[in-house]
Amino acid sequence: MTAVGELELDLDAFEGPFDLLLTLLLKEELEPAEVDMAAIVVAFVERLAEREELDLEACGEFLVLIAALLELKARALFPDEEAELAELEPEEAAEELARRLAEYRRMKEAAAWLAERLAGERDRYFRVGPAPIAPRPERKLAPQDPQQLAATLRLLAEPPPQLSLAHMSLRFPPVSQFLERFRAVLKRRRRFDFDAEVGSLSRVDQAVAFLALLELRKTGEIALEQAASFSPIRVSRPDAERGSEWIERSA
Amino acid sequence: MDRTLRLITANPVDQLARTLEAVLVVASAPLSVEELAQAADDDPERIELALGLLSDRFREGRSGIVLEHVAGGYAYRASREAAEACERLFERPVERGLSGPALETLSIVAYLGPCSRPEIARIRGVAADSAVAGLLERGLIAEAGRDDGPGGAVRYRTTPLFERVFGLESAAALPRLDDLGETTADIRERLHSVAVGKTA
Repeated sequence: MTAVGELELDLDAFEGPFDLLLTLLLKEELEPAEVDMAAIVVAFVERLAEREELDLEACGEFLVLIAALLELKARALFPDEEAELAELEPEEAAEELARRLAEYRRMKEAAAWLAERLAGERDRYFRVGPAPIAPRPERKLAPQDPQQLAATLRLLAEPPPQLSLAHMSLRFPPVSQFLERFRAVLKRRRRFDFDAEVGSLSRVDQAVAFLALLELRKTGEIALEQAASFSPIRVSRPDAERGSEWIERSA
Repeated sequence: MDRTLRLITANPVDQLARTLEAVLVVASAPLSVEELAQAADDDPERIELALGLLSDRFREGRSGIVLEHVAGGYAYRASREAAEACERLFERPVERGLSGPALETLSIVAYLGPCSRPEIARIRGVAADSAVAGLLERGLIAEAGRDDGPGGAVRYRTTPLFERVFGLESAAALPRLDDLGETTADIRERLHSVAVGKTA
């Protein structure tokens, strides 16, 4: 590569010699669409101006290369429009080109207007905070009394009451203990009142005693009698119960 | 019982103006009349009345902070005479180093948006990826859906920050596109004259 290849470029998408740019483009490591062709032309023309002599060979080489690059870029930018534009008559093509140029020219003017505007607004300083507007609550709270709110909050700040773990250490007496006890009572007496017998015991003991009572009833060792719900339960020997019935009937 | 003579009466609009003043100081972006009405729980017409009071109170030459109507809402900014002092302390990251390609891309999005990168590239003749990425990072443009069809390209629109940075009341404050640049007929004529010159 001659003078053209050594042309140093400083573009947005690339920085280095022209031949390296070509290599990257041919290896598809750089998108032709990314490269500003006009800037390359400007760099080349500046280089020519510096040398103060017209190197025709270099110019020819450059023209061939830049034309090929432009075609490559155009194909990359407008892949779908290629066929469409090829079908246009020269007049229509010129019209389309003029329309596009006009569109781009207007945008360039708009950009210039923005740049001018920006320069004019250079002395406008304002706060740009990232804090977004808080989301609007769906439902508004009714007006609250601050004292009452404070009192409620104070309640939340108090330590919770100590949990009682007493039930974890409950000891249940064996059912057999009450089985023996009731059998012994019925040996001495024909009948007894359950509530009177266990009234002095704890609730847990009373519950276990009741289980023992049910066990004795299941095995037929005792007879149970209760006049109504929650009335005293009368416990008797099965034969004693039958005996009293017989007395009542015969009487 | 004798009533004391009150020399200063509490003007209800003045009270409302003070509330708006407070809300605007806290806000980091311009607030519309509707948003201010919602915040102050008051009537939009009274809000505009109070904003009139504030605009007069906070104006260039009278106050160090200025109330301005910008980006579809109201916001405070520093007065222009304090710009030098502000410049010594604060950066302007949004507008600093906005390149020509970025401004071209921005104007395309402002006028034709929502539009996609391929549309921008078609108009500028250069891929717009890096310019779009830079504008997104600055918060001057934002995503606004995708083109129709499967795999549609992301579309972009300008943000309220764009209007604020450029001091525009709204996008309608941009000059009409038809008033900018040459017309198609002008360009066609120019092309024709070049072609004639070549053949001659």
